[in-house]
Amino acid sequence: MKQEEINDKGRRDFLKTAAIATIATTACGSLACSCSSKKAAVAEKVRLLSPDGEIVEIDSVYLNHHENMAVLSKHEQRMGIPGKKFVMVVDLARCKNARKCVTACQKWHYRPEETEWLTVKLMKDSDKAAPYWFPKQCFHCDNPPCVKVCPVNATFKRQDGLVLIDNERCIGCKFCMAACPYSTRVFNWSDPEIPFDIKDLPYSAETGVPARVGTVEKCDFCPDRAREGLLPPCVEACPNGVFYFGDENEDTVSNGDETLSFSQLIKDRSAYRFQEELGTKPRVYYLPPKDRQFPVERGYENLPDKLKARFKDVMEESHLLEKK
Amino acid sequence: MEENKKAINETEAVAMLHQFNEDLLPKKFGKIGKAWVALLCAVFLLGVYCYIIQLRRGLVITGMRDFVFWGIYISNFVFFVAISLVGSLVTAILYLLKVSWRAPLTRLSEIIAVAAIIFAGLIIIVDMGRPDRVVNMVLHGRIQSPIIWDVMVVSTYMVLSILLLYFPLLPGISFCRDHLKGIPKWQKRMYTILSLGWKNKPEQYKLVKKAITILSVMIIPVALCIHTVTSWLFASTYRPGWDSTNFGAYFVSGAFLVGSGGVVAGMYLLRRFNPSYEKYLTNTHFDRMGKLLVLLAVVYAYFSINEYLIPAYKMKGEEAHHLHELFTGYYAPMFWSVQFFGMILPIIVLLFKRGRRPFPMFIMAVLVIVCAWFKRYLIVIPSMSFLPVQEIPEAWKHYSPTLMEWAITGGSLAGALLVITFFIRYFPIISVWEVAEEKGVSTDIIYKHLHEGNEK
Ligand code: SF4
Ligand code: SF4
Ligand code: SF4
Repeated sequence: MKQEEINDKGRRDFLKTAAIATIATTACGSLACSCSSKKAAVAEKVRLLSPDGEIVEIDSVYLNHHENMAVLSKHEQRMGIPGKKFVMVVDLARCKNARKCVTACQKWHYRPEETEWLTVKLMKDSDKAAPYWFPKQCFHCDNPPCVKVCPVNATFKRQDGLVLIDNERCIGCKFCMAACPYSTRVFNWSDPEIPFDIKDLPYSAETGVPARVGTVEKCDFCPDRAREGLLPPCVEACPNGVFYFGDENEDTVSNGDETLSFSQLIKDRSAYRFQEELGTKPRVYYLPPKDRQFPVERGYENLPDKLKARFKDVMEESHLLEKK
Repeated sequence: MEENKKAINETEAVAMLHQFNEDLLPKKFGKIGKAWVALLCAVFLLGVYCYIIQLRRGLVITGMRDFVFWGIYISNFVFFVAISLVGSLVTAILYLLKVSWRAPLTRLSEIIAVAAIIFAGLIIIVDMGRPDRVVNMVLHGRIQSPIIWDVMVVSTYMVLSILLLYFPLLPGISFCRDHLKGIPKWQKRMYTILSLGWKNKPEQYKLVKKAITILSVMIIPVALCIHTVTSWLFASTYRPGWDSTNFGAYFVSGAFLVGSGGVVAGMYLLRRFNPSYEKYLTNTHFDRMGKLLVLLAVVYAYFSINEYLIPAYKMKGEEAHHLHELFTGYYAPMFWSVQFFGMILPIIVLLFKRGRRPFPMFIMAVLVIVCAWFKRYLIVIPSMSFLPVQEIPEAWKHYSPTLMEWAITGGSLAGALLVITFFIRYFPIISVWEVAEEKGVSTDIIYKHLHEGNEK
């Protein structure tokens, strides 16, 4: 009961801050934002501009986020949400490779099972050290090598900190994949299968749907959700509250259960950024895997064989698995 | 050759010119030539066919995946850019240095350069996921991106190379126009259009010579740029094996070596299939090119040592992983073979005078070329294969090109060879007036008599 209360409070706080953000967006005149802010606050009727140019009133329950986003102009997609600076904090002590984040992300973006914008690695910092689970998505670097090398500005950095891809402009040179030191980018090698209900949606860099053959894609930090005052699906789906998502300007991050001060959290827990020495300045912070809540094996035992194969080597090396 | 420069009198000189014209006019291919063309066409068309399949189904038909996302298309691109550098070496650098024996080699090296750079441009488009959007590079081009630099320098180099091939060719084309007998109408028309109304006037020669000098000066920095910028496509990333400040010089030195190898192989084949060229591509030419090859290979060895030995001394993190794979691991057999056969063996063999005779030279040149191709493979692919990543499906770790990929790559190589072959078939591959000048025929006589046919 108590847990739920805290839950609720955390969520409400986040919603409140998000609502402020979306109202701020309204100021820049986007109709889409104005309806999403309403939705975040009351979730009733919203007024929309129909394709024929008429104002129509729809129950917000029927609204799909993608349709919302489609109204954003290319310029707005490239500028980002004013006043925001999104960050993510990942608590490695809590991760047990439940993989709910992976599936939630795939589902939200209509991606097939093999395409993982978010992957969970089994990391081992040195030979004798014990391994730990390490979720990794795009770090939305502040000095992003992928953006530097893109010849057509299809990958771009926004003022709210996000690094997004416009797959209507991408020429598929794959140079950004070479430049990203973290291998976070994936390529549409063949024509992606697109579910019927999103086939005809206009593409938006904020949603990444529908996918296109021959272009690059990656985790987008789900700004479409943020515009609606919601946390990214990976954050919401995690049963252990591993991911905290929030806004550096407001200094709050939330994992859905609790809302914390971002600066305090990374100070208290000695957060670090992955491969800081590269100078890419990631916007994702990791809390070291100290006092871990689950033994590593818990994330391995119940995996399907296909996934087990990925981690087998590291498990064996660490004597967590009998060598066959 | 040089000592009788002054001693040639007019009648001798005219006779010599006529002899040159006779020898160096393009000839119809024999049986072997036709079979060669047919073979190249078949390979090329197969490549085109596979590319059409790739266009329809996406890059999924290749062996590339998210892990190893650049494959033999890119290594082949680097190879083409490398071999195209020889045009600037022989035509421009040796020209400006006034190296006298270069004359009969210029056109051969320039057509190799042109063919290679054209197919470099094409193969890079083949590697793109969205070739239908190439125009975005113009519409949305960002000057910060090394790809845009590459596009700019490669296209500049292509234009300069074509001009450097074309201007000295004008007298040759007009000679073909006026004196080739029994040729089809279209061929005659082609010569007429391409010769731009060349009349063999001294002023025209002077203009052409001036143009060659200007182009030669211009093309040298551009040539260095194309390969340096190509190396930056890799060096500007963080990956082990690519993250190197030595890469520009390393690439350029390797490029000169493989390009010269290409010229030597071309010289040998020309002589082999048309014995009348033997008077022009003499054993002395092979000897000189052999010495040049040794020099280039030594320079290349120097940069290779810098490239591999210093990181190997430190054995830093991922770099160590990469070097282990090259030196003793999965790629070791290929790595040591290309170092030995593509660099060390040619140096040893060509140091000896007997090694610089045409046939051993040819063998060495072929080794240099083949090893250079695989060297590019070793530069591009392993750097992507050995990041410390655990979550990658096993099949993605080791890239192996699919048959279609090989077919398309083979098609591009065949296409470049076709361009060279057709050029040899329809244009004089050795420049008569430049050779005449080299042999000491005075320019006045050349201007006056070069254009006379042999029919009197
Ligand atoms: S993690 Fe990679 S893809 Fe994401 S912003 Fe950084 S460099 Fe770019
Ligand atoms: S693959 Fe697309 S997004 Fe990546 S660098 Fe090339 S054009 Fe830019
Ligand atoms: S932030 Fe969004 S896109 Fe990124 S991993 Fe989470 S759900 Fe996927």
